[in-house]
Amino acid sequence: MPYPAPALDEVTTTGGFLLVLSFVVPVAAALLAFVAGGRPAERIALTSMPLGLAIAIAIMVALKRAGAPLVYLLGGWAPPLGIVLRADGLSAVMMAITAVVIGAVGVFGRTDFRTPSGSVEARAPFAFWILLLAVWGALNMVFLGGDLFTLYVALELLTFAAVPLVCLDGRAETLQAALRYLLFALLGSVLYLVGTALLYGSYGTLDIVLLSRKIQAEPATLAAAALMTVGLLAKTALFPLHLWLPAAHAGAPAAASAVLSGLVVKGSFFIVVRFWFDVMPGIPGFAAAQLLGVLGAGAIVFGSVIALRQERLKLLIAYSTLAQIGYLFLMFPLAFGGASTRLENAGALAGGVLQAISHATAKAAMFMSAGLIYAALRHDRITGLGGVARALPMSVLAFALAGAALIGVPPSGAYLAKDLLLEAAAEREQWWWAASIQAGGIFTGSYVLLVLAHALMPAPEPAASRASVSRVGEAAALALALCSLLLGLVPWEEYLPVARGTLSNPLTLETLSTALWPIVAGGVLAILLGRWGARPERISMGQVLVAMVELPRRATLALGKALERVDRMLRQWSAAGLVLLVLAILFGAAMLVAD
Amino acid sequence: MSAATVFGLCGAALAGLGLYGLIVNPQPLRKIVAFNLLGSGVFIIFGIVARRGAAAGFGADPVPQALVITGMVVAFSATALAVALLLRLFQTAGSVTLDADSPANMGTDSVDA
Amino acid sequence: MTIASALEMALAAVVLGMAMWTIVARETFAAAVGFVVYGLLLALVWVRLDAVDVALTEAAIGGGLSGVLLLGAAARLRASETRAAAERPGGIMRLGAAALSATVAAAFGASVLLLPDAAPTLAPAAAANAVATGLGNPVTNVLMAFRATDTLLEKVVLLLALVGVWSLAPDRLWGGYPGARHQADPLGTLAFLARLLPPVGIVVGIYVVWAGANYPGGAFPGGTILAAMWLLVIMAGLTDTPTISSRRLRLVLIAGPGVFLVVGLGGLCVGTAFLAYPVAYAKPLIIAIEIAMTLTIAATLGLLVAGAPERSAGR
Repeated sequence: MPYPAPALDEVTTTGGFLLVLSFVVPVAAALLAFVAGGRPAERIALTSMPLGLAIAIAIMVALKRAGAPLVYLLGGWAPPLGIVLRADGLSAVMMAITAVVIGAVGVFGRTDFRTPSGSVEARAPFAFWILLLAVWGALNMVFLGGDLFTLYVALELLTFAAVPLVCLDGRAETLQAALRYLLFALLGSVLYLVGTALLYGSYGTLDIVLLSRKIQAEPATLAAAALMTVGLLAKTALFPLHLWLPAAHAGAPAAASAVLSGLVVKGSFFIVVRFWFDVMPGIPGFAAAQLLGVLGAGAIVFGSVIALRQERLKLLIAYSTLAQIGYLFLMFPLAFGGASTRLENAGALAGGVLQAISHATAKAAMFMSAGLIYAALRHDRITGLGGVARALPMSVLAFALAGAALIGVPPSGAYLAKDLLLEAAAEREQWWWAASIQAGGIFTGSYVLLVLAHALMPAPEPAASRASVSRVGEAAALALALCSLLLGLVPWEEYLPVARGTLSNPLTLETLSTALWPIVAGGVLAILLGRWGARPERISMGQVLVAMVELPRRATLALGKALERVDRMLRQWSAAGLVLLVLAILFGAAMLVAD
Repeated sequence: MSAATVFGLCGAALAGLGLYGLIVNPQPLRKIVAFNLLGSGVFIIFGIVARRGAAAGFGADPVPQALVITGMVVAFSATALAVALLLRLFQTAGSVTLDADSPANMGTDSVDA
Repeated sequence: MTIASALEMALAAVVLGMAMWTIVARETFAAAVGFVVYGLLLALVWVRLDAVDVALTEAAIGGGLSGVLLLGAAARLRASETRAAAERPGGIMRLGAAALSATVAAAFGASVLLLPDAAPTLAPAAAANAVATGLGNPVTNVLMAFRATDTLLEKVVLLLALVGVWSLAPDRLWGGYPGARHQADPLGTLAFLARLLPPVGIVVGIYVVWAGANYPGGAFPGGTILAAMWLLVIMAGLTDTPTISSRRLRLVLIAGPGVFLVVGLGGLCVGTAFLAYPVAYAKPLIIAIEIAMTLTIAATLGLLVAGAPERSAGR
């Protein structure tokens, strides 16, 4: 298995040139698209996508054949003076899934971002294709970069490409959301930069492997670690640093939201993983990891409850991203192996990464279907979704499959991820994380069911028109949703530290029941917390049901409204800024304590 | 006190001032100025690291200097993008507030439906 | 205490004072002016730290171009001042922010003071490997040879920021002229300076690029000086910005990263590695890349300051 820590890496391995190509192709395509402009830009972008996917697959094949990480010395210079690109199992799977999602978004975006026939070049299409290619190139560099400063530049490229995508439609709210995103992300990057300065000052190198050999728990290092972690958390929008995410992801055009939620937030998340697991596995200690887990669990509860209270579909999906991001961070406290004080590259890591991959595909599919629904209905009010299932069956099916994949119905990747995380929690005897993981599944079920219930209700007025919805777009969304549902069948043990490998039999009664009870529990939550619109008049049974749930609903609603008030407070800039600084100090203290 | 110590503390103080301005000032343009202040403070810290690494006949370690130059260009592009966004926001909305007052349908205390 | 350290402390005090003024000044325009002064003083700090390349870059980009950008924006946003000021957070919030910022700043300061005394450094490695390029300026060596990929990525970042700025234009103005049309009294000081300074500035800019091979300088400060001269001429109304759909402009904008990428791929296909230079041709290749980079940097920085298209192309 090629995953274990890379050995001495002064030499470029065979197949290393593929690593260079994987970021050269998107960057060169972006440059060419910039000069060509107009329709050729779209064509260049769409041509580069299969090429990039082929390179990602080639890297996976080469990795499997080599049995060790692929390395490339840029310019022929070895670290610490030079920069190195490294591809281990983690990078390879992230690059592959990025190529898949970018391809799907490219196909989906052809309808919305086509240069109109009367003009040579238009603003939104030109910007969209170049920004999409830049996001892709930046992400590949994030996954491959072996030097902390190269990761910083790649992360900045990612932010500068993502921000204009938010305000591509030019409305005032999206401009405001984009500015908030940019400023908060810049605050995060500056904190990251201070960390790299302190690390270089202490060890004389920023190369990941060299640093991992030299790093020790000194005060300057702990300060750097705390600052870099918090800066990256601000860019990943982990609760309570999430002030920019809901408006930004909900306000962007559908194709852009798919990329932003599915891929962009994974970039900074990946760097946190690299930093904690590869650079300083022995430094953070138990307390800091538990702190990360607490923030993650908080994000799950907070994001899910507020998602349930949303009136608009895109905002619901954006808040669900918030919850899922929290889910990703549950892997950190679970990664401490038994009695050791180091983070281990084991099941918890594989679970977290698998969850990230599943979320990428599923969330992109969800945003795509939301975009199609909006295009047909001209609004995305959840209570007004009645009749959509009949009018747009493919889109609603895509949403349902993506939702099922996120909940963890086998054989989805999320099911395998949940399994791995629960196993790790059982080993460590940290039952509170097991409870959080299960809660995550239930909450996901609740808001997916809420939307589906509304969509399946009969339409009060004549059904929405189907003509305005593109078949190709629906196909792309459906393909991505299916992909996310079937991810559990991929042989992950070649690339991730998964001991068991694929699911032995995904359709036994036992596995199905473990997957289905969160959905039932989620349904109950949806009834208690969701917005239901006009009370059902026709069925008398419905009225009995409504009367039964009235009291518990009032209680849970009080909780829901309290959380909404907290959310509104946390989304004030000054409050979020203060929380950021408090978290930095808390992390520093936690790491100091573990020393 | 050596130059490195004096300017190191100066850089840390600049970063602190920038942080304060970024969090407290409501006008986004002042936040952008504060961000530049914060960035320049961080670059000074990098410069201290470079100065302490003087060796081999150089007055300062060239690698951190190169990193700072790269960082300065990135910070400038960030400033340019932020200013352009801000100007466009002002043009479109007539105000420059960053805090969304009542974003569409964001869980208001309306009658539960 | 020697005179030098006394002067250093005085300089640090003045810099901190300017920074404080920038944060607490009531009017944004005044804060922006303070920021320009701060940037220039900071360049002096960099010289004291023996980082002259960085000092040049700070003076040009940090003080100069950023200052122009912020001053222009402050002037345009005057109308929003009062309403924005009304949103100032309350006393407790400000106190909390001040306390937390002070704590974090103290953490920075303490970490800097606690850095190991035998400072690890890459200077000897950089010196030993300088023969690979034949250049005398170690910072240029690091930027163009040892960590060339960072520089390539950064060029792409610049271009992306420009695409982002352009994407903010209203749909109907796409393809038009960035920025407002400036007018200046043809007999006034601005027009006079715009006729006098650019020839000198262009020569200085090219010299800084050329000298960057062996002395402090390089493509970034040089390109910024060229951009500043271009902006001066535009602001005096003596010329106009090109339209953003101009094919020639776009070719100039990708020249830097494009040439860099071509040389890199050449190294990948026929040479030893991506962005590796054959020792015999290292210096001419690097100089060729730097020339392309200077053109791109000048154009990109100038256009970033000019802003999104505000006038439509067909007039």
